[in-house]
Amino acid sequence: MTKIKVNGTVHELNDVSEDTPLLWVLRDHLGLTGTKYGCGVSECGACTVHIDGEAVQSCVTDLSEVGDSEVTTIEGLSEDGSHPVQKAWKEFGVPQCGYCQVGQIMMAAAMLKSNSAPTDEDIEREMWNICRCGTYPRIRAAVKAAAQEINQ
Amino acid sequence: MSLPTNPQSEQSTTVSRTVTHDAERRATWNPQSARSTSVSRREFLGSLSAGSLVLMGKLAHGQAGLTVPGAVDVDAFAPDYFVSLAPSGEVTILAHRSEMGTGIRTSLPRVVADELEADWARVVIRQAVGDRQLGDQNTDGSNSIRFFFERMRVAGATARTMLERAAAERWGVDASLCFAELHQVKQRGSDKSLSFGELVEAASKLSVPTEAELKLKPRDKWRYIGKDAPITDLDDIVTGKAIFGIDARMDKQLFAVIARPPVVGGQVKKYDDTAAKAIAGVVAVVELPHFHEAPNFQPLGGIAVCANSTWAAWQGRDALEIEWDDGANASYDTDEFAKKLAAVARKPGTVLRATGKATEVIANSKKVHHADYSVPHLAHAPMETPCAVADVKTDAAGKVLSCHVVAATQNPQAVQQAVGRAMDLQPADVLVDVTLLGSGFGRKSKPDYCVEAAMLSRELKRPVHVTWTREDDLQHDYYHAISAIHCEAALDEQGLPQAWLQRAAYPTIGSTFSIGAKLPATWEAEMGNTDLPFDIEHLSLEVAEAESHVRIGWLRSVCHIQQNFAVSSFADELAHLAGRDPLEYLLELLGPDTRRLDMAAAKLGNRGASNEEYPYDIGRLKNVLRRAADRADWKRAASLPRGKGLGIACARSFLGYTGHVIEVDVSPKGQVSIARVWISLDSGTIVSPDRVMAQLQGASVMAATQALYGKLSFKNGRAQQTNYDSYRVATMKDAPREIHIDIVDSHAAPSGVGETGIASFAPALCNAIFAATGKRIRNLPLADHDLSWSS
Repeated sequence: MTKIKVNGTVHELNDVSEDTPLLWVLRDHLGLTGTKYGCGVSECGACTVHIDGEAVQSCVTDLSEVGDSEVTTIEGLSEDGSHPVQKAWKEFGVPQCGYCQVGQIMMAAAMLKSNSAPTDEDIEREMWNICRCGTYPRIRAAVKAAAQEINQ
Repeated sequence: MSLPTNPQSEQSTTVSRTVTHDAERRATWNPQSARSTSVSRREFLGSLSAGSLVLMGKLAHGQAGLTVPGAVDVDAFAPDYFVSLAPSGEVTILAHRSEMGTGIRTSLPRVVADELEADWARVVIRQAVGDRQLGDQNTDGSNSIRFFFERMRVAGATARTMLERAAAERWGVDASLCFAELHQVKQRGSDKSLSFGELVEAASKLSVPTEAELKLKPRDKWRYIGKDAPITDLDDIVTGKAIFGIDARMDKQLFAVIARPPVVGGQVKKYDDTAAKAIAGVVAVVELPHFHEAPNFQPLGGIAVCANSTWAAWQGRDALEIEWDDGANASYDTDEFAKKLAAVARKPGTVLRATGKATEVIANSKKVHHADYSVPHLAHAPMETPCAVADVKTDAAGKVLSCHVVAATQNPQAVQQAVGRAMDLQPADVLVDVTLLGSGFGRKSKPDYCVEAAMLSRELKRPVHVTWTREDDLQHDYYHAISAIHCEAALDEQGLPQAWLQRAAYPTIGSTFSIGAKLPATWEAEMGNTDLPFDIEHLSLEVAEAESHVRIGWLRSVCHIQQNFAVSSFADELAHLAGRDPLEYLLELLGPDTRRLDMAAAKLGNRGASNEEYPYDIGRLKNVLRRAADRADWKRAASLPRGKGLGIACARSFLGYTGHVIEVDVSPKGQVSIARVWISLDSGTIVSPDRVMAQLQGASVMAATQALYGKLSFKNGRAQQTNYDSYRVATMKDAPREIHIDIVDSHAAPSGVGETGIASFAPALCNAIFAATGKRIRNLPLADHDLSWSS
């Protein structure tokens, strides 16, 4: 049995092998389907979650690597979608299909914690997530707006 | 097993839908979000409280402009979409098109609500199941608004008219004195009003007015059409609650990952599943039948590993030892094939549209210019891979009793047909729920993955969820066709073409549906080849044969991708040869603003639209070209420093008009940066301006991906790119830095938008690169070229 702490709750996992990527533990064993599969090789960022506050790609993070760390998924980012990044995403109408947006939001939220006034270059470097709908222009604008709100 | 292969053979299927057990069949589908709940029509009716008003809009026969003739049976349009009002006044609108990012699940219901004068805050949207009686559900071909704008208005106006009449009866006044306004009916010249809820019961007893009795709202009274609102799924998306196909769950479902033949048409020779079965969590290993005859929407076959989690199934799949018989496509090599295609495109082909004596004029001309263009295979690579869950119930003898599929699909009726065929059920007896789609781009119109889920569920007698890995997605796609296009022009002394010949060779989408189809279909050719808009006396617009060695499908913008790239690049080449400004030259090539392409004479299908309502209007095309040029300050084009360039192109695609100007910076080392994009769009009447902007932003990024990196290659019949590391797509840093969008305020009938923004992007970009570097790109992608320069 393995224990894992997700969104403040400790879960006990039976019969889940230690080398299972966190992504599938969250989705298939804990039913937290907000975190998405996109590539499985950390190329697209759709599976981004926070581990102890840092953005991590859950598709390449084995359960054994999580240990006692705190995992935060989109379901735990805010109770009601009121995180500044989520609010900015709504204000700018960022999502098209919406599939990659959870990963984008988690990535942006983690970035803004360490850099609350990102430049265009910072945003381009840190927000490397793939969006096939092409929402990048709005992501850029929404990240800046979220940064402003955080700084107020 | 043997599956019928001629899709047309089922066109006359009589619908005798047995929906009485829908509730039972749906019992295992547990939507986690109320907003993603979908509902069958019967169930929808059954769930309404007594006294609810349910209206059935009477529909005229629908358009025939389908993307793939014969692939899907949509010829019969029975009457059919619904708006209902509960006694509380709550309005429920059925969304019957699939939401894959265009906002359609919001936009079409907004049209109904507008005509109904409903308060948008009191509207609930529910997703329809697949049901041919709802009309065309194939969310594809940029058709949703064009097909259903008027119909949704009629639905809303029908409901409104009945509520107004109910109020008139109540007050004992003429109905002309009663008018609906924001969920109330009011009486002119008095302060009387009744809420919609108060009128529901009385209205439900009135006869449904005919369309002729309806008075649609004038444009200046539109409340929601042309105005923005957040998409209905926005909150769910940003909180992770939105349910996509990969998230659909049924009780006791297994998760499946499948090893498919690496070569199309290949099959399993033998396999050993010992290691796979030893993986913890693996429950069963099932061999799937390979397809018969043409691929159509049949599964590719292979070996499925079913387990209690996706990861266990995936590990199991990778542990399989399979020996494949690769079949006839084992030697497919795209480097070699591209050479063959280019050679074919240079030889006389099949003439689809001709005026004058192009070949003769070119042969006798003193000045001829020719060029050959190519675009590789492309993959859809939607963010969410194909995913579906199915629950098939059988009797003791294995006969299928019921079948329920929940899928991210662009076309639930195609799912009904393909799964019905495989399960030996009438299409109407296959219950299909539609989730949100993690984008589609045409991939999710093809329901092979839904058939896989149904086959596995039938075999294992429990629900099975199939997830395609990204590797599966890129290696087993219905690919955009590899292409070669040859252009020739005979030039007069001013450098203007007297004759223009263009010949396109690429495997046709038709080959996916019928064996031996080799010639591009007329509707494929019409996407940028035979609809050549230039005012030239001698034309020969041709196609040439090409074999197919993989499944060919339609990808956002389809043949416009290669054909408009060729046309607009060639026009730019001619402008430079003539020493002319490319904008002026293009405007001259297009002829007078009053000109319209004679669609009938040119034998063009116009996507099934009427030539009166949707003429090929050269004035509109030139207008967007000029507007884009004005906004980009085109006159600076000739005086930009080396390494910086402006390129221009225009197109009519999916009945909409685009003009593109793109500004690039190319570093001396050859690094391309798409600095700014100006796009002017005329797609007629617009329902949701902000979503149209989003589509154009997205189209810019997708077109940039295609131009910069798009290449899916094959060796030994096997796809060479396996994931986003080898099949590169644009990220934020590759995307255009600025995208300036200009939407023409038009009262014309609504045309396409979603795919329209792609066609003129790549040629404008490559024309800009020529202006910046003097290097003419005729073979995409740009990543294959050295664009370095020195001053």
